[in-house]
Amino acid sequence: MAKKMKLSQISDILQDLDVESLEGVTIEGDIELNISGGGGLNPALAYALGNEISQISLHMANIGRMLGFPAEQLFASAFGMAESPQALQTPPRIQELIDSRFEVSKVDNWKNKIQEVTLGATSADGGSRKSTVTLGGENALPYYFDAEMPHRNYVTVDVFDMPIGMAKAVKGNYEDVINDPAEWAKKVVRDFNADMVTIHLISTDPLIKDTPAKEAAKVVEDVLQAVDVPIVIGGSGNPEKDPGVLEKAAEVAEGERVLLASASLNLDYERIAKAAIDHGHVVLSWTQLEINAQKELNRKLMKQCNVPRDSIIMDPTTAALGYGLDYAYTNMERIRLAGLMGDDELTFPMSSGTTNAWGAREAWMVSSPLKQDSDWGPREYRGPIWEIVTGLALSLAGNDMFMMMHPTSVQVLKEITQTLYGSIETEEIDITNWIGAEV
Amino acid sequence: MKINSPLEAYKFLPATNCGECGEQTCMAFAAHLIDRSKDLTECTPILEEKFRKKYEELDALLAPEIREVVIGVGDNVANIGGDDVLYRHKLTFFNQTKFAYDVWDTMDEKDLIERVKYIQDFKKFYVGNFLTVDMVAVRSTSGDPEKFAAVVSKVVETTHLPIILCSFDPEVLKAGLEVSKDRNPLLYAANKDNWKEVADLALEYDVPVTLFAPNDLDLLKSMAKTFAEMGTEKLVLDPGTFPTGKQLRQTFNNFIKVRRAGIEGDREIAYPIMAVPFTAWMAHDDPVSASYWETVVASVFTIKYGDIMILHSTEPYAMLPELHIRDTIYTDPRKPVMVDPGMYEVGEPTADSPVLVTTNFALTYYTVESDISSNKIDCYLWAIDTEGIGVEAAVAGGQLTAAKIKKGIEESGFNLQTDTTHNTIILPGLAARLQGDVEDETGANVMIGPADSGRIPGWMEKNWPPQKK
Repeated sequence: MAKKMKLSQISDILQDLDVESLEGVTIEGDIELNISGGGGLNPALAYALGNEISQISLHMANIGRMLGFPAEQLFASAFGMAESPQALQTPPRIQELIDSRFEVSKVDNWKNKIQEVTLGATSADGGSRKSTVTLGGENALPYYFDAEMPHRNYVTVDVFDMPIGMAKAVKGNYEDVINDPAEWAKKVVRDFNADMVTIHLISTDPLIKDTPAKEAAKVVEDVLQAVDVPIVIGGSGNPEKDPGVLEKAAEVAEGERVLLASASLNLDYERIAKAAIDHGHVVLSWTQLEINAQKELNRKLMKQCNVPRDSIIMDPTTAALGYGLDYAYTNMERIRLAGLMGDDELTFPMSSGTTNAWGAREAWMVSSPLKQDSDWGPREYRGPIWEIVTGLALSLAGNDMFMMMHPTSVQVLKEITQTLYGSIETEEIDITNWIGAEV
Repeated sequence: MKINSPLEAYKFLPATNCGECGEQTCMAFAAHLIDRSKDLTECTPILEEKFRKKYEELDALLAPEIREVVIGVGDNVANIGGDDVLYRHKLTFFNQTKFAYDVWDTMDEKDLIERVKYIQDFKKFYVGNFLTVDMVAVRSTSGDPEKFAAVVSKVVETTHLPIILCSFDPEVLKAGLEVSKDRNPLLYAANKDNWKEVADLALEYDVPVTLFAPNDLDLLKSMAKTFAEMGTEKLVLDPGTFPTGKQLRQTFNNFIKVRRAGIEGDREIAYPIMAVPFTAWMAHDDPVSASYWETVVASVFTIKYGDIMILHSTEPYAMLPELHIRDTIYTDPRKPVMVDPGMYEVGEPTADSPVLVTTNFALTYYTVESDISSNKIDCYLWAIDTEGIGVEAAVAGGQLTAAKIKKGIEESGFNLQTDTTHNTIILPGLAARLQGDVEDETGANVMIGPADSGRIPGWMEKNWPPQKK
């Protein structure tokens, strides 16, 4: 005899049925579903009924499966679903996270290694440096998981052979040594953690003091005496005078494996290259924000002047944050990517004249020259961060060595580049509940 | 974007060359679609019903690899994501990183309003425009839903900037949503414990939501997949920003990995990424060190794939570099770097007005031009062809020489002797060494201006007009 029940009663009876309680349950006779209202059901009610019926059929199907019948296949073919009994059991609200593994591949076309270049020579190699600095060797963009970065970034701090104009925030650090390049060099190594020193022989410029090359070379000797880190020797930037100045400097620094700054397309780069080869130094190949010019100069240094590959570093030019850093950044990034992907004319370590950041008015001006600007705040804090962010951006583009000036900038840039490099150990910080942090 | 040649896009276009998009041909329009300088909706014919299928197909093919997510409403809407490349020179990056500065629900009302207004009004003039910051993030530090709602109300009242609601407590988020739901705020955040409730909120209120899975990319992807399955792709991913040491290195690589996977076509993880440089404040007690480190972390993740970030320091020495590094990275590298060489009139110069020399590097030119014009100085500004290199570098590199200056003057058709009463040229301070050569080459008097054009007004007061000899 048929027994009449309300849908909800059926659902209530069946909802507790699962594997454990299946035993002892018997379903007898017919179950008649009496849905009143026919086609005139309102949509909400129809939806509710549909839900109940589906839940019941789900229970029924589960019983079917208990009894060994592959109910899921029946459902799948009936509703045209390709797979998975889960789909059936999925309620509108997901109760468990859908498990998923994150996967990403390493870059497969970074096949070329950046050339390793060592600056400085110890007594074992005919020099008098206590330590050396090796740049390059990368097989990936800096700090990327794709390949180990073999050497950290290095900072060489600028020293000048005469007093020069400097931003106030920079000058305050050097007033006591501004007339003595050797003391200046000592100070940046001793107090400011410089890895290297750059001695700029700017007084040799005919428009400044026109110091003779021979006299300038004495300053180089003084600096080599004063510090035992590797050094960079810079000219004045005068294309007529520089080759002679750097030749003489290279001669007195024989065996010390200094970096000669620099060879460029607008001066007699052959003389600089020859000075480096004759006295065992490294050449800085300097071009101005132009990747093809960089290739051309590197090619000339290698093919025409026979500079060995392990004796070239590039300076593709640094523009300050807000003053062309976008070009400088992308130029370096393109150079590095081209090198990694196999362009042998660009596989050299890079150097940045990060000090150029101080040319930005934001770094040194007391306040904005424009009335509409918000307050710029104290310049003694603006300047160093300008130098840091300029250098940091280029470090991410692949730059290896930084020429810098402000001690705070040196410290923070070293901290962040060495953190990304992986050599800074700190206490772990739990950020799980950072929102509530008291700051 | 799933296609990369104009021809592939052209196949879907009406091919009538009607010109309604402003291009001569459909092929030219197709090229603009591929470099994303034009939008498909600019092709009015394809929007007609008969092309519906083609429109939909092409629209899907042109969709950026990283989904775009919209926060806020109206004029102050913030779009994030939408990138197609890993390196800016490959195309350009779209939708610059949005900077949200925090407020919290235990602040005094006066401080709160002042801080929100400061964030809203902060601006810095740069190459013809003002750089500004974008959003306010409200942190629940009290844990009290009512307090949170009160502060969110106050923020909504005070500013039109888009907002982020920050709490891991769904009750608190709900309270905040109730008073800001018509502003389409971003929820922060769903995590492994609260994701069900937060998902319900995101779906119920139809707002974007951040998924927070500190240093756990499997969990992050699982959550993204689950949320998408539940019906929302308005997601922002926060893989955790650990502020120091090896944890920060790991964070850096998490950002690289997530973005690389997304650009390479893993749709399940192809969402905008959030960085939280705020955490620098958990590592430093001294506010200057904390601000510095926060700026450093913000710079790293502006350069490497952060699409939105939450920051704390509103010191100008933090905000100015943050704004500039963002502009650096998001400037379209395809835009011209030079202005046409030649003589430009600033204001209404007469024969008594000064003649200033600068370079044709766009940035130099516009900086000098804005410094002069905003101070209402009438003058002739001479952009010498230095191949787009700035003054200091051009003097060092030989692109700015006396001969170049002479040539520039001759080619402009301007005659110093007859068109001015003073026969004088003012060189930039950074080109001072050229003074003698320029006098010899041009026969004009040469004065040396300041090294920074911001000082031109002061220099003019002292030095112009020149003393008669």
